[in-house]
Formats: sequence, structure tokens, C-alpha cells
Amino acid sequence: MVKINGEIFDIAGKTLADYLASINYDFKRIAVERNGYIVPKAQYGETVLIDGDIVEIVNFVGGG
Amino acid sequence: MWEVAELIPTKDEMIKALEERQGKKLQEKFSAATVAVCGLGGLGSNISISLARAGIGKLILIDFDRVDITNLHRQQYKASQIGRYKADALSENLKEIAPYTELEAHNVKITENNAVRLLKEADIICEAFDVAEGKAMLTNTVLESIPDKFLVAASGMAGMGSANNIKTRKVMNRFYLCGDEISEVAESESLVSSRVMLCAAHQAHMVLRILAEKLDT
Repeated sequence: MVKINGEIFDIAGKTLADYLASINYDFKRIAVERNGYIVPKAQYGETVLIDGDIVEIVNFVGGG
Repeated sequence: MWEVAELIPTKDEMIKALEERQGKKLQEKFSAATVAVCGLGGLGSNISISLARAGIGKLILIDFDRVDITNLHRQQYKASQIGRYKADALSENLKEIAPYTELEAHNVKITENNAVRLLKEADIICEAFDVAEGKAMLTNTVLESIPDKFLVAASGMAGMGSANNIKTRKVMNRFYLCGDEISEVAESESLVSSRVMLCAAHQAHMVLRILAEKLDT
């Protein structure tokens, strides 16, 4: 099980890029943290989610 | 009358007054700090004023843009400053408020390529852009390339939603996010000064809390 933004998902084994694509996040507007560390954008495709991972995705919106 | 106003207090007098209001220990931490403010619009101009008033030692002010008439309702500029570079106009305003705060103004656009060079001296970085892609770019660049810095970013402060939905959240070690994380300017088509200032105050206050070594939100 993988916890993403507080919700539990049965997606261990998938890559982070797979997950992000499945929920239509715009890659240019997000920052992703996994187990306390930022995931560099270049590594989304090779980052395989494993059981127990805690992921936080910040999806920025405009305005300031 | 006006000549009197030009006789500004000495640095020692200003520091003594800050110590009286904020406490000597805290003031010493604020005076020793360098904070970078990236983007000097509704968020950044208000953050800068809060931090200058608090007696932060040095502010690095960065924005490529110039003051526009549509900025005046929420950004800390004057009608007489329309057309000026924001970094220069804000420096001028801050000098009147806090004459002994050291200022470093950059009239440039922050990119992945120059961010590290511009921000290397800062202890804490405030992300205060308006465009979502820029916010994400700066957040990713800082957390990937200069992870020893603290980052205080903002997302979601547009519209007429409740003031109480603006919050500060610790996303991870050294990365804080202020705002409601939902209200987008493109959807609500409005930015009102009070709600933007609330978010800016959250950011400025988190900066001061970090300096006070209160690392929770």
C-alpha cells in the first residue's frame, strides 16, 4: 500500500510517472516528495513506488 | 513639519526599539538573517514589508516586472511608481520604513539556471510568484539543488473565500506551504488584497518562526 496525500492506494510496483499520468496532474505545476525527500522531475519515470511509501504531491495553483 | 520627518533615527535607536518590542534574543536572530523574496507582487511586496519591519538583517528582492496600474490594489507600491521596476520601487519604499535593513535588488526573471546563484546567500527563501508553473519550478529547483535552505511557498489565495481557509502546512523538512491550496486566480478571476495579504502574512510569519527555531506550523 502506498499513501498519497493522506489516502491509501494499492499501487505498489507502479512508477510515480504512471500514477501521475493516471490522475491527470500537469507535471509542470507539481512538486513531489517521497518519504521526506523531493523526487527530482527527471526521476519520475524511474521511481518505482513500494509498499509503505508515503508520497506528498503539491499541485500549485496560480495567484500571488 | 516635513523637515522633522527627514531626521530619521540612528541604527542603534531602531535596534533598541525593535528589541523593546520583540525581545533582544529574537531580534538578534532576525538581524543576523538573510531572506530572499522571489516575486514582488501581492505576496512578495507584503512579505518584504513585514520582514523589513521585523528587523531582518538582509533582504534579497527579485522580480523582472515593472509596477502596473492593476497592481496597486494589492501590492505595496504607490501610484507615482507605475512603470518602475518592482525591485527598485520596493527597495525605495522599504528604505523609508526600515532604513538599516540591507537590500539587494535584482531586476531579473528567476529561472532554473540562475536560481542557485541568486539565492545562495539566503537562509530562507520565499516563493511569491503568481504563475503556477513558476511556483513549481522554483520549489523543485530549491529542494533539489540547494536543500540546505528553508523554503516557504504559497498556493491558493485568490477569490472571496473565507480568510480562515488560508493555512500554513509543513509539507516536508524545510518546506512550508501557505494558502488554501485550491483557489486559483484563473478560475475565480479575482485577487483581493485582504486575502493575498493574509497569505503573505502566513509566509512572513513562518519565516520569523523558523528564525525563532519554531519549526512546526
